[in-house]
Amino acid sequence: MYIQNNQLFNREVHKMAGKDKNFSRRDFLKTSGIATGALIGGGIIGGLIGANTNKQDATTTAPGTSGETSGSTGAVRGLTFFKTTAEFEAISQATERIFPEDDLGPGAIGLGVPYFIDGQLAGSYGENSKEYMQGPFFVGEPTQGYQSRLKRNEIFRQGIQLMEQEAQSRFEAKFVDLEGEQMDEILTAFQENEIKMRGVESQFFFRLLRQATLEGAYADPIYGGNVNMDGWRMKGFPGHQLAYIKDIESEDFVEIDPKSVGMNHK
Amino acid sequence: MVTTLESVDVVTVGVGWTGGIIAAECAKEGLKVVGLERGRERGTEDFSMVHDEYRYAVRYELMQDLSKETITFRNNRKQRALPMRQLGSFLLGEGLGGAGTHWNGQTWRFLPYDFEIKTMTDKKYGANKLSADYTIQDWGITYDELEPYFDRFEKTVGISGEDKNPFWGKRSSDFPTPPMKKTAMLQRFENATSNLGYTPFMMPSANLSEAYENPDGQKINACQYCGFCERFGCEYGAKTSPEITVVPAAKETGNYEVRFNANVVEVIKEGDKVTGVRYYDTVTFEEFIQPANAVVLTSYVMNNAKLLMVSDIGQQYDPETGQGTLGKNYAYQILPGASGFFDEQMNTFMGAGALGMTIDDFNGDAFDHGDLDFIHGASISSTQTGSRPILSNPTPPGTPSWGADFKRASIENFTRIQGVGGQGASMPHKENFLTLDGTYKDIYGVPLLQLNYNFTDQDRALHSYITEKAEAIVKEMGAKTVAAGGGLTDYDIVPYQTTHNTGGTIMGADPDTSVVNNFLQHWDAENLFVIGAGNFAHNGGYNPTGTVGALAYRCAEGVIRYSREGGSLA
Repeated sequence: MYIQNNQLFNREVHKMAGKDKNFSRRDFLKTSGIATGALIGGGIIGGLIGANTNKQDATTTAPGTSGETSGSTGAVRGLTFFKTTAEFEAISQATERIFPEDDLGPGAIGLGVPYFIDGQLAGSYGENSKEYMQGPFFVGEPTQGYQSRLKRNEIFRQGIQLMEQEAQSRFEAKFVDLEGEQMDEILTAFQENEIKMRGVESQFFFRLLRQATLEGAYADPIYGGNVNMDGWRMKGFPGHQLAYIKDIESEDFVEIDPKSVGMNHK
Repeated sequence: MVTTLESVDVVTVGVGWTGGIIAAECAKEGLKVVGLERGRERGTEDFSMVHDEYRYAVRYELMQDLSKETITFRNNRKQRALPMRQLGSFLLGEGLGGAGTHWNGQTWRFLPYDFEIKTMTDKKYGANKLSADYTIQDWGITYDELEPYFDRFEKTVGISGEDKNPFWGKRSSDFPTPPMKKTAMLQRFENATSNLGYTPFMMPSANLSEAYENPDGQKINACQYCGFCERFGCEYGAKTSPEITVVPAAKETGNYEVRFNANVVEVIKEGDKVTGVRYYDTVTFEEFIQPANAVVLTSYVMNNAKLLMVSDIGQQYDPETGQGTLGKNYAYQILPGASGFFDEQMNTFMGAGALGMTIDDFNGDAFDHGDLDFIHGASISSTQTGSRPILSNPTPPGTPSWGADFKRASIENFTRIQGVGGQGASMPHKENFLTLDGTYKDIYGVPLLQLNYNFTDQDRALHSYITEKAEAIVKEMGAKTVAAGGGLTDYDIVPYQTTHNTGGTIMGADPDTSVVNNFLQHWDAENLFVIGAGNFAHNGGYNPTGTVGALAYRCAEGVIRYSREGGSLA
């Protein structure tokens, strides 16, 4: 039932989420449009991000369009890398712990970060297409950087599996069903290199995850994150402006409504 | 099968600032020039959608594709050198304009002290100021000899600046254009440094304060302060770059061709001359030989050195014996500094790559080093280059790196931080050098260049000294919280630091201690020239491009003279 109407559904619940600051984590899952029911129901076409890009002011450019507001484009959201909703939910919750919703504005889920990461993992970032991936591979000094034979998308996939494994062994629950503090405990274990990963260290996975979360929150919305440019709005970054020559000598802070490079064609 | 092409007068390997300057000057003199560029053509028209931090600054759109070629690295000879698998510490360029397309535009002349550092240091402080492990040497040219070429480069670029720095070398003419706008953030630095008794001045900038026509007739537009310079190309044609100046100047002569997707893998040497270069078409993988009367290596520091090594031209430096010159005196830079957190918001997202103010009171030998255990110093600046949200997440000390507190602090401080940073000079050390790697290869089957590098005691002492100065300035600026950078440990190739790599093909007056003479002509092959920051015998306290540009004009004069007279120019 969610699937047919999920754009409407998500739009409505997203508004709810913004109003009610006392919702539980579980409610947040639902209100953020990745409620398990909707996902398990057989797909997430037109899911979370479609809802958010259809917000009332509709200034966000939908991916693949040339600056038309997304309200009329029927922008469709889906997964291009993750294969199961379980993986996607887990990574969604992890990014939300890294960059949570608060009174300043949306967190990673509300900003579409999970979709951003999914898209990046399916492309040149995930495939390490601009990295030197010839062997032989050796474990190096930390000062020598990335030495894994694994591509980033392989590291993410393994990392998510291990997040689930840790959730089971520590709390006998799925990662997405944990309380926030429990999720943080597992993420911290990754960060502090306490989780045994194969072919890469867990702190490296955590660094990728943290960085990808920030990238999704603040990259131009053309990449699917930073929905409604709300990442920029929170931060006071105006995005793509042609010039600041009129304001550069201002003594005061200048507030400027942000613009995406995707709006060039307007 | 290798196809041998028709010979030309001059071939350059790479088309950035140095390749473009050689091309323009030689082509104007009637020489037929071919520029071999491994990357693609690009220009101002490619940058209308360039305000995209993720694509350009994070995913390195304009940078070298490391899947094809990288370097290997180790901190010392006890470690196993391993490939730099992703970009980090420095960003290697690719494509027309090279790093001159995605630079910030901070354009300096190295100090008179730099060029005669050995002589001047010995004279003032005695011959044992630094231990013999530090292989400092004079450059074989003085500031006064190089001054006309600095002047030439600055006029080509149209540098915006003001001659108010008492510590830099004498200028034969004023800056071609007036300084950039002095913003509120810069005034805060100006006031603080003035209060402390220093002499602040506007940073010389290749983002131009006003529209300018250079002596070649090329027009450069006025900077719009959009805040997207370093790692980006300029959509206004307002950041002077090779592809809007020297490259079109060369093409207008009818004597210049740029050949794209041409990756040179060897300089061919016969006897005491070179005959040309061998390259791959990167699209078809066909092999070509481009014969030339003169070969000029105009790629980056790394590939200039690598090409000489794989072509077996010159003697490889050996840190065991100290013999050999090729690969010697690789240097980098140190970046001491302090950040100030303020209550009021600032327009940190506006700016330009070279919008800044600087003091040189602690650069070069402007201050007495008699009681200090280091030489040289750093320019100390505060810049407003345009902060962007993915890569700028400033938090006060003690803030967690993720979660609710991180989010709040990084958002709050994005527009409330102003830094003061030094570019610290880097003295060469016998263990810091370039050589060929014995294990890893590029996609053409050519060995990778191997970087052996770590910070030294000299670096640590200078870093600590400049950090204190920067901290004091930030305090004087009135910051509510001051966060000074930590001490130097080991060089780490992961976090971005600076693309100011130097050395490996150093210039000098003596073939026993340098690779090229002061026309940048190779000591072992009179029709081979090598230009770049690789010529620097040590690294100074400034960005390198101004000095590289001056050396390129000097070299162009040498190539032209050689083509007429032949023989050694030294």
